[in-house]
Amino acid sequence: MIPRLDDSAQDVLRDLAPGVLCALMRRYRDFGGCEDAVQEALLAAAMKWPAQGMPDNPKGWLITVATRRLTDQIRADTARRLREHLVVSLIPAEDQIALAADAAGVDERDETLDLYFMCCHPALSQPSQIALTLRVMGGLTTGQIARAFLVPERTMAQRLTRAKQTIESAGRTFPDVTAQDRAIRLPSVLKVLYLIFSEGNTASDGDGLSRVDLSTEAIRVARLLCGLLPDHAEVGGLLALMLLTDARRSARTGVNGELIPLDEQARSRWNQERIAEGKQVLGRALVQGTGGPYQVQAAIAALHAEAPSIEATDWPQILALYDALRVDDNPMAQLSRAIALAMVNGPAAGLAALDDLARDSRLATHHRLQASRAHLLERAGHHAQAIDAYRCAAQRTTNASERNYLLLRAARLSDSLSRTELTTVSGRNAN
Amino acid sequence: MKYMLLMNVPGGGPYQIAGWAAADITAHIAFMRGFVEKLAAAGELVWTGGLSGPDQAKRVRAGADGAPLVDDVFPEAKEFLAGYWIVDVETPERAYAIAAEASAAPGPGGRPLNLTIEVRQEMSGPPTDWTPGA
Repeated sequence: MIPRLDDSAQDVLRDLAPGVLCALMRRYRDFGGCEDAVQEALLAAAMKWPAQGMPDNPKGWLITVATRRLTDQIRADTARRLREHLVVSLIPAEDQIALAADAAGVDERDETLDLYFMCCHPALSQPSQIALTLRVMGGLTTGQIARAFLVPERTMAQRLTRAKQTIESAGRTFPDVTAQDRAIRLPSVLKVLYLIFSEGNTASDGDGLSRVDLSTEAIRVARLLCGLLPDHAEVGGLLALMLLTDARRSARTGVNGELIPLDEQARSRWNQERIAEGKQVLGRALVQGTGGPYQVQAAIAALHAEAPSIEATDWPQILALYDALRVDDNPMAQLSRAIALAMVNGPAAGLAALDDLARDSRLATHHRLQASRAHLLERAGHHAQAIDAYRCAAQRTTNASERNYLLLRAARLSDSLSRTELTTVSGRNAN
Repeated sequence: MKYMLLMNVPGGGPYQIAGWAAADITAHIAFMRGFVEKLAAAGELVWTGGLSGPDQAKRVRAGADGAPLVDDVFPEAKEFLAGYWIVDVETPERAYAIAAEASAAPGPGGRPLNLTIEVRQEMSGPPTDWTPGA
């Protein structure tokens, strides 16, 4: 059997990947070529390190190997590319490394940050931004990313190649990202990380194939970003939100992958280490500034994490936070607000709020609106209506575990209704 | 040899398992999950997918300008494709055996549903020594 790198060594390896790419791009600028070379160096490390042990200077090792691969590639390439890179390729690889490592006056932190911004280049579609971030910042292989999103490897390879070409032809990339670009692109970077995290939480299950864990991956990359931008309140807010949400992960699904809602989760299964870290990160972010949407959502998650039960949750505070979130332009947050309202003022108040939301065309036919209605109807004791709403929501959702959950919820309610009817009938017969 | 196994369920209304008792739904879901895990572990599974309900289905044709003309699917359709498996197996008999296993998925009261599973072989490319017209 081929020896494999253990998880901690893999993390070291992948944490180094962005820095290695920076060192290469500082000299060669060719994003596509450098990125391919870094991938090959990572693969070489995964093959060689288990047997040889990790080198004393792993980053230097990766830079050396990647540079060698890149110069080999350049030598083997077409005449056009040879002409472009002739000067570079004539310098022995070892000298080039010396130059690269001796990056006087270059702020490595800024460079690594700029890689994030480049992966979220506005010319890229969101799926491409996600794939590129996982590959460049996460150090994942094309195959791993493809499996994570359940698409064929060739499709993902094509998506990545196109993304790199798009960036190169769109210009103004690393190392020419301007301060203005950074300000504009930061929200996309945060959004991409959050999408990766959410994908890990909701990805379709049951295929039985081994997949990288996208939520853990998103947290790892968000941690890196947080280290680079320690003073940014929303970066901290995002990391805190991820940690606090992830803390509930193992309690959120049952043995068959079925969804377990917050009110039925075994709170003893929540990950206290994650919760403590999430609250600490959130506390620091709150000092740096308040009001960003990730931070507010993290604060809501923290209130859930602190509560011993659904009833003992500080719902008035959660409702106030949803109001602070300015939910008007966010239909899903509006639904959550309606649930919080029901917890504070009773199910009837929540149902009335949902009726208002049904006028929004984005929500009118959405399965989550029906699902929320079903929950509140059940809570209010309108069981027959709740069953209809659960089934209606089940028909509309495109997520298998959500559908299963909704069908089961309807079935349980329907089972208990028919039991009640039977009891009533047999009771009458006895009289 | 690759085969596509298609699971068709009666149409014309809500997805049929919606009316089952909770225990039956749970057993059905557990069966489907275990079925796929077993196929994957045996190295026979290429791909699988469950499809969203008939309510979500559309029929699309190109209009005169090539733009999509989108229609809802008529609810009186007799059968609906609920999901599929693509398997890679040595013999057609193995594909039939897998299909039979899927067909016997538990229904109400734990009784096998005996659904009809359509088995279709995926066409392969031409063999290397094939010369058209020779």
